[in-house]
Amino acid sequence: MKVIRSMVLVASDPGSADRDAQEVYRRLQEEIRSLGLVEEVVVTTMGCVTRQEAHPLVIIYPEAVAYGPVKPDDVPLLVERHLREGQIVTDRLVPKELFGPISWLSARRGTLPAEQRVVLRRAGVIDPEDIEDYIIYGGYEALGKALTQMTPDEVVGEISNAGLRGRGGAGFPTGLKWRFVARENRTPKYVICNADESEPGTFKDRLILEGDPHSVIEAMVITGYAVGASEGYIYVRGEYQLAQARLRKAIAQAREMGFLGENIFGSGFDFDIHIHSGAGAYICGEETALIESIEGKRGEPRARPPYPTTHGLWGQPTVVNNVETLANVPPIIQNGADWYRQFGTPHSPGTKVYTILGNVNVTGLIEVPMGITLREVIAIYGKGIRNGATFKLAQTGGSSGSIIPASLQDTPMDFDSYARAEVSLGSGALLICDENTCAVDLTRVLLNFFRKESCGKCTPCRVGTERAYRILTDIAEGRGTLSGIEELEMLIGGLRQLSNCGLGQAAAVPVRDILRHFRAEVEAHIKLGVCPVGVCPMSERQLVVA
Amino acid sequence: MTIAVREDLDVRAVVQAAVERHGATREELVAILSDVNREMGYIPAEAFEEVSRLLQIPKAQLFSVASFYKMLAIEPRGRHVIQFCESAPCHVVGGGELWRALREELGLEPGETSADGRWTLVTTSCIGLCGVGPVIVVDDDVYGNVTPEQLPEILARYE
Ligand SMILES: Cc1cc2nc3c(=O)[nH]c(=O)nc-3n(C[C@H](O)[C@H](O)[C@H](O)COP(=O)(O)O)c2cc1C
Ligand code: SF4
Ligand code: FES
Repeated sequence: MKVIRSMVLVASDPGSADRDAQEVYRRLQEEIRSLGLVEEVVVTTMGCVTRQEAHPLVIIYPEAVAYGPVKPDDVPLLVERHLREGQIVTDRLVPKELFGPISWLSARRGTLPAEQRVVLRRAGVIDPEDIEDYIIYGGYEALGKALTQMTPDEVVGEISNAGLRGRGGAGFPTGLKWRFVARENRTPKYVICNADESEPGTFKDRLILEGDPHSVIEAMVITGYAVGASEGYIYVRGEYQLAQARLRKAIAQAREMGFLGENIFGSGFDFDIHIHSGAGAYICGEETALIESIEGKRGEPRARPPYPTTHGLWGQPTVVNNVETLANVPPIIQNGADWYRQFGTPHSPGTKVYTILGNVNVTGLIEVPMGITLREVIAIYGKGIRNGATFKLAQTGGSSGSIIPASLQDTPMDFDSYARAEVSLGSGALLICDENTCAVDLTRVLLNFFRKESCGKCTPCRVGTERAYRILTDIAEGRGTLSGIEELEMLIGGLRQLSNCGLGQAAAVPVRDILRHFRAEVEAHIKLGVCPVGVCPMSERQLVVA
Repeated sequence: MTIAVREDLDVRAVVQAAVERHGATREELVAILSDVNREMGYIPAEAFEEVSRLLQIPKAQLFSVASFYKMLAIEPRGRHVIQFCESAPCHVVGGGELWRALREELGLEPGETSADGRWTLVTTSCIGLCGVGPVIVVDDDVYGNVTPEQLPEILARYE
């Protein structure tokens, strides 16, 4: 048998809009074949693992050299020099600032020298379609430890002590949620991984699923053991075809190796996982709507309480956790709560995966400790605002997050500091907007999203989002009145207090935020009849363009 | 891939195969309808009848579920479906201008199919590709960082 001496990972998820990545992949295979290296070199794909500007990205192991952005025409050179002659092609390396050292830092001091990767530590390092790669990098060790050395109670305790909080938006303490389910006596119980991820601007969960699918599977088995469930569901957004394919493959491999199924690790514990594909509905990310959808119905949220922890899937006790939350579980079990608490802040330990978007020089994803500031994100990871413009506002956490003005950019990004500033961290999408962004226009686009995604079950949300959208459109098109602002204020109250679920409540937030922070700009649209930034249809610049 | 409407396929056979694949339970309803949708380009009335018969679920309930999910179509669409992402991250990096240009180029409003059956234009919310926004998806092909100037060339690739 020949020994494989190199592995080449190409960031070429077919969903990525980068046509050339697929061409790079194809050329790599072709070159390697024509040089007769097929037996020695494995070429495989990974998801996107760093900032978008480094893509198409190619990483070659065992040297762990990252090349990018790689053009199809660079491929013969890389194959000849690196794979045949063993030399590193220095002028094709990924610029250092895009792929800096990823290190395991303890508590943060001063400015950030590097990313800290916990949940994404394997993405881009292993072949996501090969369980053996996962195992070589410590995979399924945490499961073995939990099942053979810990009681379910101890597992829940470890997660509680680690201070892990949900990464799906609300930040609810994970250990506490598990405890609620663990103490229920009724069986069967269920574990659901929420991989619906339809929050605009958010694609962190996709990258975890595509880059390291086994970590989520391992986490679900541990969760099942901790709470006493023996069946799990992964609800994956319908559009995430690659993530689904990788999960299916990973589940099959895990079954074959005995990490799923009956009597796992000889512990007497059984657990299996089903995949459920979404079919295009943002509201299905809400946990009770998600449960309805798995049951084969319209994904309309249920009234809460009762919560899924007591009355979840088919009325049974159910844990619903986000992908990123789950991906934190194996490293916590493996290394202990104290280790985990080195990262982040005392009340929000750990790291957070963010997507950075909008008017920054470098977009894409990062994983950094909880508690860093938006100013740091923009300067260090976004490499500043594009075209030398000024930072005006950011939207945190996708459409359901908040709009924050530049004056709040030094607030630490952790659950508590943000809650105190009435800002929602949401899902971790950071949309950075420069001075050319109009607050009215942005909010109108957001309300358009909410009115379309409202499931329509309750009137305050169905009518309120539509009405708010109309008023904002009127303001943007030069028909706004001051009484419209009053009506918006009333609608905010109604949406927040009377909506049945988080969607209606979230729809109020951007409206509240622009009236709080950008009121003068909104009023200028009405009183002076101009869009100060020149974006809205009423403005002069628009007339020239149209 | 072309999202072609396959009138030539036997609707009942397509449904039966999907039901066999997933199992005749309520829990698999969305998966079954998704498969039919993928193969036929939409879910014809006859398919609803067959699903109703096999799963013992009233047709009204089937419509209620199917109309809820955006990836399921209950009317035939054009030969090519263009999805335009209208979410905020794409919007602030040029999506607004692109949207105006796209509607002008096609002469269509969202939800409409062109008279020659070539295009159906739909809006979508974020599809997770915002790192390269603005984004449009034609059938299964994704285009990122799209500018209005690139539109004619992109559209010309589809017959
Ligand atoms: C409208 C709406 C959409 C949501 N979408 C998602 C989603 O796509 N993914 C997710 O993990 N949580 C989503 N959530 C939050 C879930 O309801 C739930 O809080 C979460 O899955 C719990 O997991 P966690 O504690 O691990 O964060 C959404 C909530 C609302 C109100
Ligand atoms: S608040 Fe909106 S999305 Fe939530 S249940 Fe009511 S209508 Fe549906
Ligand atoms: S906002 Fe357009 S793809 Fe995400």
